[in-house]
This record gives sequence, structure tokens and C-alpha cells, in this order.
Amino acid sequence: MSDAVNHSRRSFLEKTAAVGAITIAPGIMLHQVASAKPDDQPVTDAVRWGMLINTNKCEDGCTDCVDACNAEHGLVGNNRPETDTQYIRKVTLREKQTGHELSLPLMCQHCETAPCVDVCPTGASFKRKDGIALVDKHICIGCRYCMMACPFKARSFVHEQVRNQTLSAPRGKGTVESCTMCVHRVDKAQVPACVEACTQGEHHAFIFGDLNDPNSEISQELAKHGGKQIRADLKLNTGVRYQGI
Amino acid sequence: MKKIDYKEIEGKSLAYYGLLGGLGLIILIALLAVYRMEHEGHYITGMTNQIVWGMPHVFAVFLIVAASGALNVASIASVFKKAAYEPLARLSGLLAIALLAGGLVILLLDLGRPDRLIVAMTYYNFKSIFAWNIFLYTGFFAIVGVYVWFMMDHNMYKFKKKAGLAAFIWRLILTTGTGSIFGFLVARSAYDAALMAPMFIIMSFAFGLAIFILVLMASYKWTGRELGDDILVRLRGLLGVFVAAVLYFVAVYHLTNLYITEHHGVEKFILLEGGQFTQVFWIGQIILGGLLPLALIYAPGVRDSRQVLGLICGLIIIGGLSSMYTIIIGGQAYPLVMFPGYEVSSTFFDGVVSNYTPSSYEVALGLGGVAIAMVIVAFLIKVLPFLPASLADKQ
Repeated sequence: MSDAVNHSRRSFLEKTAAVGAITIAPGIMLHQVASAKPDDQPVTDAVRWGMLINTNKCEDGCTDCVDACNAEHGLVGNNRPETDTQYIRKVTLREKQTGHELSLPLMCQHCETAPCVDVCPTGASFKRKDGIALVDKHICIGCRYCMMACPFKARSFVHEQVRNQTLSAPRGKGTVESCTMCVHRVDKAQVPACVEACTQGEHHAFIFGDLNDPNSEISQELAKHGGKQIRADLKLNTGVRYQGI
Repeated sequence: MKKIDYKEIEGKSLAYYGLLGGLGLIILIALLAVYRMEHEGHYITGMTNQIVWGMPHVFAVFLIVAASGALNVASIASVFKKAAYEPLARLSGLLAIALLAGGLVILLLDLGRPDRLIVAMTYYNFKSIFAWNIFLYTGFFAIVGVYVWFMMDHNMYKFKKKAGLAAFIWRLILTTGTGSIFGFLVARSAYDAALMAPMFIIMSFAFGLAIFILVLMASYKWTGRELGDDILVRLRGLLGVFVAAVLYFVAVYHLTNLYITEHHGVEKFILLEGGQFTQVFWIGQIILGGLLPLALIYAPGVRDSRQVLGLICGLIIIGGLSSMYTIIIGGQAYPLVMFPGYEVSSTFFDGVVSNYTPSSYEVALGLGGVAIAMVIVAFLIKVLPFLPASLADKQ
């Protein structure tokens, strides 16, 4: 009896959530993000989370993704740009020969064979089975070797006392941090904050999804139009891919 | 062979306590600097998200490299069987341990979380060259410690050669590990070269011997013991070979990079357009730390001058710190090449050369490490017989 009730209730919630997601974030289908991972279940390598960024849709001067990331992780600057943390930044590229300009967001590329994970002496830099590269703030000793090793300058060292912390994104002075691909949201079947903000802003430069699922939007788009890795020469098999560079 | 008479130094003079007091003061200042750095956070230093390793690492890597080089004199005696170096072997082992301790203290106290030392000692990622280094460093203390013990204990003396060989092999592996910290960094144009490991080994020979000679001359002068010219002339000749070899490795490293188009940017930066880094490279590393000492070592007329030998050693130390500065900080200041063919700009200093101004906190910590090494030597030569009572020339 109660099973039947729960079943129908769950079905109702799923449909409502799907409709809600489509309304809030058109272009991002909930099924691509797969289902929420229950907290008592381990992460598996059945999925590999990734992002595809179309630089042709990324407007120069727009910082929607950066602002959303900062808000999501409680990142507030201290007006010291050289030491303030940035998980994601907008980079402007100008081709030397042609003068062609483009803009793109750059963050942790969530490499399959991540140099930060290789060099970390304590194993604080680690990669989840689903491809998300993270820092275990409890065992990071703050040696910064991962920052030396990262080819994308994706990591920041917490140079001073943190304030404005959020519950979902704990930080700590003296440890290293970087883009978490909003793991706390992904585990709840939500898309990362940057992706959501870009979509809500009607730019649609990001596609987030499962690179292992050939039917996911990201895989379909990659199969159709391809996507490049930054520093592909290093053969790191990055989880973040770009179109238009 | 004649028995060597080793004797503790008296260490009761005002000058001795003055020396310890002075070094203690430097250590105290370093600890205050560390307290501020850890309390406020690293933003008060010159280090940033661009230059993540700064002056503490320049001092620390220099000391760690010099530590393995300081062991050379002992190795020449026990591994290469040159009896003339035998009386110096104990001091050589002691200095090696002391310099390594000084370097490691700097590295530890610069960590974002030095309170997590226990984590560093209990969590290991064996793919990390840093983790290997933790074993190489602790192993070095143990092996050189045993080696020194065997040298001092006549019951164990028969095993001294074996311990000496083990220490020699270990020190080569240790410096390979130190060089590989940079050699294994694929992302940065200035690193990512297997040559880093042998280059660091040859650098260790020169830096370690320079410090050894200074410590030897100072301890004999300040204790009024006799130190003959024969041994100093030998050490001086050896120093010449090592300095020349360092210059050779540096030349090969840069020539290789100059041949590879991909590395033209970083070479142009270090050799020509890098501002302070270019100056430190040419003036500090090449001229003061290489060509000038080499000229003085082989110059006629000053062969027996101890002042000149002291100057030569000082210059090599300046050159050593300069090479570490060029490699460690210059290598980070040159921007990462992520988008070849593009000009890059961002709010995170992409595509631009990073600024670096060393802070007093960092320099204080670095000097504190040097002082710790010197205190260890000054204290232990007082309590244990490390120094021969006389090193006078044989008649």
C-alpha cells in the first residue's frame, strides 16, 4: 500500500523536476545528468562527467559563469588579484597572425591522468571515479606542488583567512583549491553553477554531461562537431573540451 | 697509516657563545616570520598564485642540494680511497646532515599547513616524486648518521667503507630526486628536462664543497688549530673541476632548449628579456658564481691565499642561490603556454610574465634554515670529536 503511494509520489516528483529543469534550463535535459547519487553509494566509473564549451557562443566581457561560480563557492576577493582565489576565469585569446579574437572560460580541466594527482605527496589531490578532480582539504599540507604541475594554472592557494564560506563548499587557509565541477550539485543531479548560469543567460556555451554515455547530448555534440582539448599534446584526456579554438 | 687524533672543540670562548647567540637570533627572527606567515596567511609574502614557490624554496633546495654535495669529501675518502681526505670525512658527514636539516625545516615551515607534518608522514602517494623525497631525506639522515657512527666507533670501523658506499649511492639518488622535482614537471617550459637530475648532482658537488671549505677554514681559524695548505690546495683543485662541470651542464641545458623551437620563448626570457631573472642568471649564476670563481681558482699568484679561497667559496654560494632563483622563480615567472599562436590575457595573469619581489618574511625563513644548519655543526663539533686536532701539512 505504502509502496504504491511512494511510487506514485516519486513518479510525480520526477516529472515535476524534469518539467522544472526544462523550464529553468532549456537545452539541458535532466536525463543527461543522470540520476542523483545517494549519499551511501560509492561513486562509480560508469559515468565520466565532462563539459563542452562552444567559444563561438561565449561572449567577450560576459562573466555570468564566473559570477555564478564565485557565488556558489562563496569566493570573495580581498582586492589582491595576485593571491585571490579564482576557480574559473575568462581568458581572451587573440590570434597573432590574423588578429582574430575569442573569449573562453578556463578552469580545472578534470584530466583523466591529472598531473596534480600524480605529484601530490599525500594523495590530497585525487580524482573521483566519475572523472572529477578534487582536493581533500583534510590532508592537503599546502605544499603547492600541484600548482606547479597543473598545465592550466587552474589552482589557487588560500592565501588568507577565508570568510563567507558556504556549507557545500568548505575552504581552508593554507590549502589548495580549484573548480570542483560543483560536485555537490552533480551528486544531486544538478548541473554545475557555471553551466546553469550560462544557460539561464541564454548563451548556451556550455554542455554538461556524461562523456561515457554515447547518447548524452555532450557525446552526441562531440561526435557530430568534435571538440578540442587544451594542451592536447600532453595527452591528459581532459574532461573539459572546447569548440571554436 | 698514522692514527688521526680527533678532538672536540673547547667551545667556551665568548666568541663561540657569541656565534651561537647570533645564529639563535637569526633562528628566532625566522620563527617570528613563520608565525606571521602562518597566522596572516601567505598573502603577506611575495608568493602568489602565479609564483607559488618563492625565496624559502630557493634557500631550501639550495641547502638540500648542497647537503648531498657536502658528503663528497667523505665519499672521496671511503669510496674512492683517497687517504688525504680521510681526516675530513667526519665533518663532511656532519655538514651533510646539518645542511639537509636546515633545508627541510625551511620547506616544512613554508607549508600552508605545517601543523600537518604527521599527515605528510602517514599519507603517501607513491607516484609523487615529493613522497619519494620524504623517504630519500629520512633515509639520508639514517644512512649518513650510521656512516658517521661507524667512523667514530672503533668497534664498528670495519664496516665504515660499506656504510660510506651506501651513503654515496643514496646521495646520488637523493639529488636525482631533488632535480626530478623540476624535471618531472611537464607543464612548464623551463622544466620538463631529464637533464635536471644530473645537473643538480653536479651542482651539489660544487655548492656542497664550497660550504664545506668555508666551514673547515672557519672552524680551524676560530679554534686556533692548524690547517695545512696541502689539503686546501687539493680541495681548491676539486672545486675548479666542479665549477667548470656546472657551467658545462648549464650550457648544455640552454643549448638544447635553444635548438628546440618550442622552447625559444622561455630561453629568450631567461637569457635576454627576463629583467631581474636575466640579471640574476648572467650576473649571479654565470659571472659571479661560475666564471669569476673559475678564474680565481686557476689564477697565478693567489694559489695559496686563504682569503681568495674564502672569496671563491662565497662566490660559488652566491652563484648557487642565483641558479636556484633562476630555475625556481624564473621558471614560474614565464607564463604557461596553453594556446600556441595566441596572445592571451585574463584577470588571472594568463599570458603575462609574473612579478615577484621577495618579502622579508621569506628571506628571514631562508636565513633561519642556514642558521639551523650552522648551529647543528657548531654544537656537535663541541660535543663529539668531529675535527682532527691538527690538519697541518705532513713534513
